[in-house]
Amino acid sequence: MKIVSSSPHIHDSLRTDRAMLFVVIALLPSAIWGVYAFGMRALLVLVVSVLSSLLTEYILERIGGKFTLKDFSAAVTGLLIGMNMPPMVPLYIPVIASVFAMLVVKWTFGGLGANWMNPALAGRVFVFFSFSSQMSSFSLPRALSADLVTSATPLSQIKTMITSGVGGISNSEMLSSVTYPVSEMAGNLSSSLGIPGYTIDAFVGNIGGCIGEVSSLLLLVGGLFLIFKKIITWHIPVTYLASFAILSWIFGGVPRGLGLFSGEVLYPLFTGGLFLGAFFMATDWVTTPTTKKGEIIFGIGCGFFTFLIRYFGSLPEGVSLAILLMNILTPTIDRFVRPKKFGYVKEVKA
Amino acid sequence: MSRISTFGRGGVHPQDGKSLSKDKAIEYLPLPGELYLSMSQHLGAPATPLKKKGDRVERGELVGEASSFISANVHSPVSGVVSDVRQIRLATGQNATCLVIKVDEDQGEDPFKKEYPYKDMTGEEILALIKDMGVVGMGGATFPTSVKLQIPTGKKVDNLIINGVECEPYITSDYRSMLERADGILEGIMILAKTVNPEKISIGVEMNKMDAVAHLEKKISEKGYPIEVVALKMKYPQGDEKQLIKAVANREVPSGKLPIDIGAVVANISTCYAVYEAVVFHKPLIERVVTVSGDGINDPKNIIAPIGTKSSDLFAFSGGLKDTAVKMIAGGPMMGFAYSSEDTPTVKGTGGITVLTFQDELLSAFPCVSCGKCVEHCPMGLQPNKMFRNIKWGNYEEAMALGLMDCKECGCCAYSCPSHLPLVQGFKMGKKLGRKKK
Repeated sequence: MKIVSSSPHIHDSLRTDRAMLFVVIALLPSAIWGVYAFGMRALLVLVVSVLSSLLTEYILERIGGKFTLKDFSAAVTGLLIGMNMPPMVPLYIPVIASVFAMLVVKWTFGGLGANWMNPALAGRVFVFFSFSSQMSSFSLPRALSADLVTSATPLSQIKTMITSGVGGISNSEMLSSVTYPVSEMAGNLSSSLGIPGYTIDAFVGNIGGCIGEVSSLLLLVGGLFLIFKKIITWHIPVTYLASFAILSWIFGGVPRGLGLFSGEVLYPLFTGGLFLGAFFMATDWVTTPTTKKGEIIFGIGCGFFTFLIRYFGSLPEGVSLAILLMNILTPTIDRFVRPKKFGYVKEVKA
Repeated sequence: MSRISTFGRGGVHPQDGKSLSKDKAIEYLPLPGELYLSMSQHLGAPATPLKKKGDRVERGELVGEASSFISANVHSPVSGVVSDVRQIRLATGQNATCLVIKVDEDQGEDPFKKEYPYKDMTGEEILALIKDMGVVGMGGATFPTSVKLQIPTGKKVDNLIINGVECEPYITSDYRSMLERADGILEGIMILAKTVNPEKISIGVEMNKMDAVAHLEKKISEKGYPIEVVALKMKYPQGDEKQLIKAVANREVPSGKLPIDIGAVVANISTCYAVYEAVVFHKPLIERVVTVSGDGINDPKNIIAPIGTKSSDLFAFSGGLKDTAVKMIAGGPMMGFAYSSEDTPTVKGTGGITVLTFQDELLSAFPCVSCGKCVEHCPMGLQPNKMFRNIKWGNYEEAMALGLMDCKECGCCAYSCPSHLPLVQGFKMGKKLGRKKK
């Protein structure tokens, strides 16, 4: 049996559906960590998020006579929504976020590839502003508390203190003043590494927060896997994290009354879902620029807005909003940043 | 009212596309200038050519002789001169010895008008005649009909099932034949019945052809034939003989066995008509109805064309190819063979030519997900994603402004595209249309 069609006759093995599946796989370590840290309730939230996304996509695409679950994009969106939920969130909230993401953000614009905002992020932000108190109520992970007590995230505790005028002290000092717990392991490592225990806990994932955002370490592992698989490139994550780190270092001390070049770097990097955003949300194919130069601009823009919102805005975290803002700017970036065409060099006069 | 049925597990429902040609009455193709008559018209051994370069041939003359038990005679569809005997690639991709026949402008009188009596002939005599006339299964498999009808001793035919399903999208040659040639088809069926003595005769027709069902039923009751028409719920591949037997007789052909092992014989509608012509007029199988359709054809048609007609002649008679046409298929889009040359000839099993467009190709891909891999890999520094989007929307000027003409179709973009978009096909078409608009 032979077929005739236009060249090329061979394809790279990376196909859209497989790429989406790899994203799911890359997210799993962090998601599993979330379930370990916050208990079976977290698993329930993840399952509800994924199922409601799949079901919404299924129903909507059936209207057009299509079956699109096989491209796995709805599964990715559902999983990301779940990972962006506090562990104790009432279950109707992830359902609303999923429906909003799939219906309003994705389907109305034409389905996969046509949405101009990251559906999972838009869904998260929608419910964040609709159900602020439920979305801001977090529990402590297993390593910090045996009975999953409710507590604000460290970043929002720090934010509250800074807005109430506390200044001149570091993040660790602020957190210990409100007796935010430190895990035993981090406490032991702290002195030998010379890094505050809170920073170690934040990197490993012993910190209050959304289900899938707490372990920067495992998110880094997943992100490196995606880079290794050539599904994403380094450009956005690296420029995002680097620009945020540099801006935090230069200006991060300002709101608490310290001078320039006195901001902390590591603690802000490992908190507030920054790694989840940088590796998994800001790298979404559909809603980010198509050129490498554009991606660098995108990454720096994300870093800049995250920094701006965190340090000078009223919200403790800024990752979601920063990425959404840059999503909006993506078509503009793609319009003005174009690759250099071959054969268009200016003639050099001999 | 006819019985309604279908087969059990599996199956799909592709868009049938038949509206393009279903209302087009069968037309005769104007005599082409040249035919490529393959000696491999059928399943089995190629026929042995009896003519060489320079020989004259007459319409209906035997020019290729069956070379073994499973093989079939080939006759010249026209009067003319053999201008060459050479290897030509068929749509299936295989090379076959072909007689290149230069067609006489004046074909003279039609030699196949006289009716011959056959009522007194025995089954064997009829089979011999069918064999002489080179009749093969015209549903596509082209198994020699006389071989199929030789029922092994000890076997009995319970069901003679006539295949009027035509489940391939776009193809309407059997459908038009049922409407326009019902008398001949029904007489052909009764001739087949004479050779295999079935308990029961059924015609299976899918329900997108209810007017054909009604027409056949009317003709059958007029003539008082013992034939049942079974309306079949649409489902591909119902026209496969195993699925058809399941749908009509509710029997399954055991793995590795033939229909006759469960007492069934299946014949295609066009084959029945060919049998009718062979037995009543002693006319060999030298022409057939070919549907030329698909969204890439300007004026889809059902055409009676001599066997060996080149695609270019069929296309010219069907208003030519559209600029958006990108793929030629002998047969339908589900099981047909894509081929590259418009000089490719038809064979006895070619019931249709389907020409698909760029839009059809798009349906098989995932949507563009703006991953940027095409931009990353384009050696010319172009933005294939943007050019493609503009071509899709018909903005050829914009695509050209983005550098479409700098594209050399190297394929790096389409190779790396995770959504398998037909990027290069799009650019080839876009260049053609863009130049035209200028």
